[in-house]
Amino acid sequence: METLTFSSLAPIFPELFLACSGLLLLVIGVLRGNVSTRFISWASIIALLIAITIMLGQGTEGESTAILNGMFIQNNFTTFMKFLVLSGLIATIALSIQYLYDDNIIKFEYPLLVLFAGIGMMIMVSANDMLSLYVGLELQSLSLYVLAAIKRDNVRSAESGMKYFVLGAISSGMLLFGISLIYGFTGSTNFEIIGTTLANELSLGAVIGFVFILAALAFKISAVPFHMWTPDVYEGAPTSVTTLFALVPKVAAFALIIRLLFIPFAALSDQWFEIMWFLSMASMTVGAFAALRQTNIKRLMAYSSIGNVGYALIGIVAGGEAGIASVLVYLALYMVMTAGVFGIILSMRRDGHGVENISDLSGLSQNSPWLAYTLALLMFSMSGIPPLAGFFSKFIVFEAAIQSGLYFLAVFGVLTSVVGAYYYLRVIKVMFFDEPVEKFDARTELPRKIIVGLSLAVVVLFILNPSPLIDISALAVSDLF
Amino acid sequence: MELLVIGLGHYLTLAAILFTLGVFGIFLNRKNVIVILMCIELMLLAVNINFVAFSAHLNDLTGQVFTLFILTVAAAEAAIGLAILVVLFRTRGTIAVEDVSTMKG
Repeated sequence: METLTFSSLAPIFPELFLACSGLLLLVIGVLRGNVSTRFISWASIIALLIAITIMLGQGTEGESTAILNGMFIQNNFTTFMKFLVLSGLIATIALSIQYLYDDNIIKFEYPLLVLFAGIGMMIMVSANDMLSLYVGLELQSLSLYVLAAIKRDNVRSAESGMKYFVLGAISSGMLLFGISLIYGFTGSTNFEIIGTTLANELSLGAVIGFVFILAALAFKISAVPFHMWTPDVYEGAPTSVTTLFALVPKVAAFALIIRLLFIPFAALSDQWFEIMWFLSMASMTVGAFAALRQTNIKRLMAYSSIGNVGYALIGIVAGGEAGIASVLVYLALYMVMTAGVFGIILSMRRDGHGVENISDLSGLSQNSPWLAYTLALLMFSMSGIPPLAGFFSKFIVFEAAIQSGLYFLAVFGVLTSVVGAYYYLRVIKVMFFDEPVEKFDARTELPRKIIVGLSLAVVVLFILNPSPLIDISALAVSDLF
Repeated sequence: MELLVIGLGHYLTLAAILFTLGVFGIFLNRKNVIVILMCIELMLLAVNINFVAFSAHLNDLTGQVFTLFILTVAAAEAAIGLAILVVLFRTRGTIAVEDVSTMKG
């Protein structure tokens, strides 16, 4: 047993800081009631910014530091993924504040649940033991179940919360069953020890356990065939919560999958190669074809996210440093684009009510040209049209696939992204060539404008200097192997 | 008469049966959401049997510690599930599984 000193806990300081500030803000919220919602939202954003500063200030020197008897690990990879998670959370809260007031969800718990879900995701990213993995995953999921159902007087919100809860509970049951088998057949819950044990001796029980764990995590990233919850939850949850679902949890779950596949289960790569290959292809297909007949833009974004998970999985199947680095680039750019798109979806309000049908965007180019041109650029980027950022993210993933000899997967990915382009371009067609309908409510607060502006700037200007992001993800991945 | 020795295999079989019952219960049940919550609990308890059996077999305490964590999280999960159920009942006036489908596609 190592002795526990305060300074030895340094790698977990960002999480500890967020947990303490979350509890403090919870007390403030309880004492002052829902009038403090705006204050608590901003305080949460500041807490998240401080957590980023603490994390980046520590600066890892390419060394993995494991603390708490190997429960928790910190290296460049976890720092990169946590940076994505934290910036996603900041963007979500900044986009949500105005929506909470517009849609009358003025509850101080809202930003705090986002914060606690964030702590769970950070622990998931850093988990180095099945126990910390489970606790982090549950902290995240439990907060998200509540968030999905937070609009208590709304049938669809309650229903989406229930669906998410039931399917999420099944997936955590499967995860636990898998973990119990892995524990039984390797004798440990620590990632490294599991890795070395499996490399020496591969038992059937461990393989079965591993498949259970993978199925549970496929549910978390909504890879086909575990995607059934995504469209319903995206549609039913309040739009600001959908923004959170679209931006952050998948990044954390991807980090977890990557770490699991390449550390404890590296010896099972023959087994998981086939599974990931299938998940990737099925997700791309369903994401492309099921989105074609959607009329609700939140549902459309749900299928779009399923498709994008498929593309990101190509990078994992390709494997190696180049493959994983391409996944990180893909996730970062996907997050940026989605933040912009949801910023605009959140602004789709008419007479004080949110509208979410694609037909509501009719003739937007005449009513509010700024909104229309921004959304058009983001949609072009999502469909992968050069020279926008979305093109590069797809290009890098396909390049990694070609280098690993996965020609079929790469060609298939290009084909489905052609199908996918149809529904992105349909949105543009509706905005620019259909008869204008009533105008949207004009009021948009500054934080939302800033987030959408930043997203647009990255999408358009990424071509000028793509190397920093690519270099940083390569650096992050070098710690993984 | 020789006494039957209950070994690891028996515990694992029992856990596997309970787990499968839980999963099937969720998918076959068309009546009531509370039954779904009970099935979820059944799945988690089956996993606990697995953990304790392995823990005793390996002579290692980690499995039992894990069980305590699962029990705690399961309690939190049940609380949240019931809370969402109450919200659902207040908005819909029913908790029948068939009625939970305003969204499709």
